[in-house]
Amino acid sequence: MSSRSASDDLRSVNGGQPTSNGALPTASALGTASNDFRTTTGGRIDRSQALRFTFDGTAYAGFAGDTLASALLANGVHLVGRSFKYHRPRGILAAGSEEPNALVTVIRDTARYTPNLRATQVELYDGLCAESQNRWPSLRHDVGRVNDLLARFFPAGFYYKTFMWPKKAWKAVYEPIIRRAAGLGQAPTLPDPDRYAQRYAHCDVLVVGAGPAGIAAALAAADSGARVVLCDEQAEFGGSLLGDGAARIDGDSGLEWVEKSLAALKLNNRVTLLARTTAFGYFPHNLIGLNERLSDHLTQPTRGLPRERLWQVRARAVVLATGAIERPLVFPGNDRPGILLAGAGQTYLNRYGVRVGNQVVVVTATDAAYQAALDLHAAGVIVAAVADTRQSPSGVLPEAARRAGIDVIPASTVLGTKGDLRVRSIALGKLTNGTVRAAQNFDCDAVLMSGGFTPSVHLFSQSRGKLEWSEALQAFIPGQSAENERSAGACRGVYGLAEALADGAAAGAAAGAPTGAAVGTATGPAAGAAAGATVGTAAAPAAARKPGPARRLVVEAPLRGNDAYLGALPAATPPSKHKSFVDWQHDVTTKDLALATREGFQSIEHVKRYTTTGMATDQGKTSNLNAMAIVAQKLDVAIPRVGLTTFRMPYTPVTFGSFAGISRGDLFDPVRTTPTHAWAAAHGAVFENVALWKRARYFPRAGEDMHAAVARECLAVRNACGIFDASTLGKIEVVGADAAEFMNRLYINSWTGLGIGRSRYGILCRDDGFIYDDGVVARTAADRFHVTTTTGGAPRVLAMMEDYRQTEWPDLKVWLTSTTEQWAVIAVQGPNSRRVLEDLVGIDISAAAMPHMSVGRGFICGTSMLLFRVSFTGELGFEVNVPADFGAAVWEAIYAAGQKHGMVEYGTETMHVLRAEKGYIIVGQDTDGTVTPDDAGLTWAIGKTKTDFVGKRSLERASMKASNRKQLVGLRSRSGTVLEEGAQVAAKAGQQPPMELIGHVTSSYASSVLGYPIALALVAGGRAKVGQTLYVPMPGRDLEVEVTSPVFYDPTGARING
Amino acid sequence: MLLIVCPYCGKRPELEFTYGGQAHLARPAKPVELDDQTWTDFLYMRTNTKGPYAERWRHARGCGRFFNAVRDTTTDHFLGTYKTGEPQPEFAAATTRTIPEHPK
Repeated sequence: MSSRSASDDLRSVNGGQPTSNGALPTASALGTASNDFRTTTGGRIDRSQALRFTFDGTAYAGFAGDTLASALLANGVHLVGRSFKYHRPRGILAAGSEEPNALVTVIRDTARYTPNLRATQVELYDGLCAESQNRWPSLRHDVGRVNDLLARFFPAGFYYKTFMWPKKAWKAVYEPIIRRAAGLGQAPTLPDPDRYAQRYAHCDVLVVGAGPAGIAAALAAADSGARVVLCDEQAEFGGSLLGDGAARIDGDSGLEWVEKSLAALKLNNRVTLLARTTAFGYFPHNLIGLNERLSDHLTQPTRGLPRERLWQVRARAVVLATGAIERPLVFPGNDRPGILLAGAGQTYLNRYGVRVGNQVVVVTATDAAYQAALDLHAAGVIVAAVADTRQSPSGVLPEAARRAGIDVIPASTVLGTKGDLRVRSIALGKLTNGTVRAAQNFDCDAVLMSGGFTPSVHLFSQSRGKLEWSEALQAFIPGQSAENERSAGACRGVYGLAEALADGAAAGAAAGAPTGAAVGTATGPAAGAAAGATVGTAAAPAAARKPGPARRLVVEAPLRGNDAYLGALPAATPPSKHKSFVDWQHDVTTKDLALATREGFQSIEHVKRYTTTGMATDQGKTSNLNAMAIVAQKLDVAIPRVGLTTFRMPYTPVTFGSFAGISRGDLFDPVRTTPTHAWAAAHGAVFENVALWKRARYFPRAGEDMHAAVARECLAVRNACGIFDASTLGKIEVVGADAAEFMNRLYINSWTGLGIGRSRYGILCRDDGFIYDDGVVARTAADRFHVTTTTGGAPRVLAMMEDYRQTEWPDLKVWLTSTTEQWAVIAVQGPNSRRVLEDLVGIDISAAAMPHMSVGRGFICGTSMLLFRVSFTGELGFEVNVPADFGAAVWEAIYAAGQKHGMVEYGTETMHVLRAEKGYIIVGQDTDGTVTPDDAGLTWAIGKTKTDFVGKRSLERASMKASNRKQLVGLRSRSGTVLEEGAQVAAKAGQQPPMELIGHVTSSYASSVLGYPIALALVAGGRAKVGQTLYVPMPGRDLEVEVTSPVFYDPTGARING
Repeated sequence: MLLIVCPYCGKRPELEFTYGGQAHLARPAKPVELDDQTWTDFLYMRTNTKGPYAERWRHARGCGRFFNAVRDTTTDHFLGTYKTGEPQPEFAAATTRTIPEHPK
């Protein structure tokens, strides 16, 4: 701790003027010369390691161990940002992750540009470059400041009320301007160049938070032999002890106890210590998400070192020792730079050796802030006054303050503050018999405030534990846990150091006990019972909760009591006359909350959404309880009646990179390729994604666009032959004595009569009667079916089959195996296809020997082959199935043999056109989960004699047989325009919205063989409308279409049977 | 992420499983004999229990088997799992076993 005198300090500012009017040092020299607010000794910083950094282009210096916030404060810089809505100048409010104001962008290089970091968590490194946000052209001269003057146009919910006229201007004018004006940092423009690691871990006890309670818990759990993980969001372990110079534990200083404890934990190889690691989310069954930051604090990160590591820790038991967050006081002008939380002022002094000002006024509702006053006083800062909201503060700390000569003013309130870019003075008020009158004004360059503490119950609440309102503590504290979890220390309202240590030790011991079971009998220190009025030695038995270790700690720490103040301080004017901030980050004032309640919002969840209080990235860590108290007061109900908003992960923002891990770029999703992929790529294929597959879409030749390539490919198949890779079709082998019965029950078709070596077009419905999938099914043996599915449907069809097999018909002797990737499927289609294949396959494939829908076995190019006579083009066609490893070789052999027969390779686009010319549906394109077999014109496929199949009962419902259901038809565009897929169909032309629409286009292509465009559509009562004229409304015109049969080409099927 | 005990493989993370909806809903033996309302109820009507709920899961990325589980929908804790076809066992409430109470 510094021993500089007050007079030393006064010399450093403006020739001895004790108040600062925002004259900020701008020294740029490397070294400590500009660290005017740095103490000469003390703190956790390394004064031998000076670090350079810049903020908004100005060079400063700090020390190793500084955060950006502490280094800026050491240089006298309080102004660090502009507020979200009103662009008010804002300073650093806190010293930890709860900071709502000091959001900065840290720029390491052009790609490593990280916005919205809390300066209080940014560790200083040499060369750090940071910028403020939400200001233009500069932080000190910000044009957006005008918003503050126009504040009456931006009340709570203003976007529901103002800027509503003219209507069109909202999207075009108001919203873009408002979005630009109300903002956070800019997103980086380059891809994230860093690497992010992910790791899973299991442990017996995870301890979140390495303050006194957490360290005590980890020690106790480790003592019981448990595997322990102890994590803390800060760079250093110790929590509140890092900023507390007064405490003594077992004769050591608090920090010495921390060091000894950590040394013991480090020696235990069953203990993992994770610093810079935020437990951001509590997921079911004790899975905790941790975000470990590995390299952001390094001047020159080691090559290959991940930037962050995401831990997913499954813990048998969890101890939450997440501490408590100090609450600001709500008074007019409480947001000026230089106004900080009292504990933050204390931490900056004791941990970082930084005085937050030269002349400080402390405003408090608790004893805790007196410690800050005493520490600052001892460091030579002028503590002009401690304004206490209580009538007669009489605890040991207030008494100590009085003894030190500090002016303690009871029954105080704050009427306002002055100062533009930095607080310059504060006007106190006196509360007498419920009335507020003006009292003293004090010049000051910093104000420290404390409204008491809010236990950090975020993770507890995320775990679905029940929160309870403690009247004694004026706080929500953990009640019944939902997981094997214990909260310990300040996060459950156990604030005293001795009590927190004992509470942590007991929780750690119970969590570490081999059973991990609840301990129902022992009692711990009662929350709130630690309130005491004497500085003294509290000997806390660490084993308060049995079973526990025998360790007893002797703790000396001044008792701080549990006093708390919730809501706004008594003001001399109504909320509409001043700005008392409740939520700093979202610029929510008491006026906004009053407005919301006046307009009828009663639930805090509604007030929150209307005013946006607590909805910023800090999730209201400093503001929620004050907001609740103000709403409760306005509604004249108890705080628990107002309700509590839901705590959601993440506790603090987590980078996308951390969640993504290695799942980026090529590793984002698996890519499935067919055996002919390399050949297709070499032949210039343009690929498309179908589910996870890459499929060749078309094979353009020199100068061809897709339209030309597809037209050529289509004509070649119709007139000669084409070769197409159909390997992506799902394939399921259905095998067993009851295979036919299984297929009968599942598919709409009848399979009993299907001969071996024959195949059939099968349709699968769900029990709701709607088409789920389709595909050709071959019977390759009496007890064996080769079922094909759509490319995207393969997994869900197998899952559905398994569901019925396992859960509805477990008595059937049938087994299912996916064989999709075992087969390469080479479709050879077109009038010349038989000629191409007959020289290659060793079996008779004549029309007589192998009619349409037959299946043969044989060999091709020396490998076994399953040959389907099947067609999805309407032409004579075959599908050659060979083991996948031989697919490429067989493909090339067929392709070579096909050249003298005019064979071309074709892709999925041509396949789509050819099948549409024949009116063959594609499930998922021409059907959408509301299409029955009859709607699709497939009634012929239903096994008429079957008493049941999946979907049959639903198809019997009257509505499923209605004549006005949407039915599949063809549409011929009279204008020759290719219709847009998804376009609507109307019966009448010239309608204005809302139109009466009777269907929609599902497939639409230019048909080269027909010479005109074709389309398939689902149209209400469509089959009865064949020959009629309908209309496809498009912007500015109606396209006239003729309803036709969906079969446009070769309606008699002569070609397919050729 | 839930931890789910597959009756065949043991405790595994949720991402190995797919959800299968309410358990113990047998498909009627002769759907054609049911009236529309009864069939509709079978198809669409499900209970939405607050508390213990019998439901189906499939260890899709493991053994592939369907099984049943009783999960407390208020806590997401599983009271137990059992094989398809077995009657729903009586499970003790999860809260009495592993969840500690805070000392007052």
